[in-house]
Amino acid sequence: MTVPAKILLRGVTKSFGPKKVLQGIDLAVAPRESVVVIGGSGTGKSVLLKCILGLMQPDSGAIHVDSEETTTLGSRQRERVMRKFGMLFQGGALFDSLRVWENVAFGPIQSDGMAPQKARDVALAKLGAVGLGPEIGELFPSELSGGMQKRVALARAIAREPEIIFFDEPTTGLDPIMADVINDLIVKCVSDLGATAVSITHDMASARKIGHRIAMLHEGRLIWQGPVGEIDRSGDPRVDQFIHGRAEGPIQMQVRKL
Amino acid sequence: MTLPIVTVLGRMTLAFLTAIGAVSAFAFHAVRQGLRPPWYGRQIARQIMEIGYYSLPVVGLTAIFTGMVLALQSYTGFARFSAESAIPNVVVVSLTRELGPVLAGLMVAGRVGAAMAAEIGTMRVTEQIDALTTLSTDPFRYLVVPRLIAGIVTLPILVLIADIIGVLGGFLVGVYKLDFNDVAYLRNTMDFLEFQDVFSGLVKAAVFGFLITLMGCYHGYTSRGGAQGVGMATTNAVVSASILILTFNYFITEMFFAL
Repeated sequence: MTVPAKILLRGVTKSFGPKKVLQGIDLAVAPRESVVVIGGSGTGKSVLLKCILGLMQPDSGAIHVDSEETTTLGSRQRERVMRKFGMLFQGGALFDSLRVWENVAFGPIQSDGMAPQKARDVALAKLGAVGLGPEIGELFPSELSGGMQKRVALARAIAREPEIIFFDEPTTGLDPIMADVINDLIVKCVSDLGATAVSITHDMASARKIGHRIAMLHEGRLIWQGPVGEIDRSGDPRVDQFIHGRAEGPIQMQVRKL
Repeated sequence: MTLPIVTVLGRMTLAFLTAIGAVSAFAFHAVRQGLRPPWYGRQIARQIMEIGYYSLPVVGLTAIFTGMVLALQSYTGFARFSAESAIPNVVVVSLTRELGPVLAGLMVAGRVGAAMAAEIGTMRVTEQIDALTTLSTDPFRYLVVPRLIAGIVTLPILVLIADIIGVLGGFLVGVYKLDFNDVAYLRNTMDFLEFQDVFSGLVKAAVFGFLITLMGCYHGYTSRGGAQGVGMATTNAVVSASILILTFNYFITEMFFAL
């Protein structure tokens, strides 16, 4: 018997004016699986995540979370489904008017009605889980380095122990060592929580490390998907070009030749 | 040659109507969200401090100089037909009905509307608003509603204070420069002041408070495209709030005029 998919997308399309960003995405993510969507800048990776999260409404197609259609939900129902999600934003998206611990405790306090004192303990524990001491909790996000902000954002994403976590370019803007540290943390957090993960990235080292399965998005379609180990034998020249980072190949950038 | 002009006019009209529609939809959604819990008390308190307390110096200075100049200017006019005794009344009526709410409104629009658009705009472009949604918090209820409530509550209080400070300014000029008797000045001020003078000014203030915060939130919330977008949102928030204040000012005045 096959386990029903945690997240299931069927024929999802999304356009902005004349620009067709997603042209029929089919993707199934099994429970506790970690899928990484790779693809160049501007291929619609972020749009795909935002559609699953409900931050954007797809033009057509179905999105199921735990076998429940989510594109047609009202705002109350949407909030209930949102509770299953945690999201690590590309720039961290920490609330800069709040202290670090208040950022991490935001979900538990505002949405789950946890008492601030208890939420503070939870926040400090989550900060500890991403390798940050309690003294960091009193600082404001602007006082932290990029790598530390990412860690705090990760702590906030896992604070409510979500069933599904999304990672939007988790390593972009970090040095290679810090990027690897974040990758390790992501792997650890996802397996500790037993969560399902969907990440988008163009960092192949990160994709290989955090993903069980990789899907490549190109021109609004998923042109290849398969286990991480098979990415080097995809047989698709576009995938090969991307994973080896070559300017020459079937994928042509929309810029004039030098 | 006429066609391009007609096209441009048509396009501008459409853009204008679209903007009005978008703002109305935004306002309607915000009010509807504001009518049901949860209300974020701490956010409301913070905004009241931000809009009210921190605007006191600038509004106070505006009011005192306005009151002073009013006394001086009306003296110039009224002395020509020996009606100097009407000055205290002219000062207080002009301040409470008109200049208090309008000038305080414009000053707060510049100070608070701009800051609000910048803050919410930055939150938009750095995905903090999306982050609120993923944390199951409605950004409308958390960001927009507390600001609107704070605006509606705080502006009338600010204007009441501006009225008092403005009258004090007129009093100082009247007594120390124009040689009025201090008791007579105050009696003249109070005797002819009607409840409606103050009340209509406070109604204006509440409406202006709503308009200022609405414009700040709307332009911030809908801003796009990084630093430039946020800069544009700030400008638009101040300009549109100022124009709306002056427009609504006329219509509210007319409404009370008919009563």
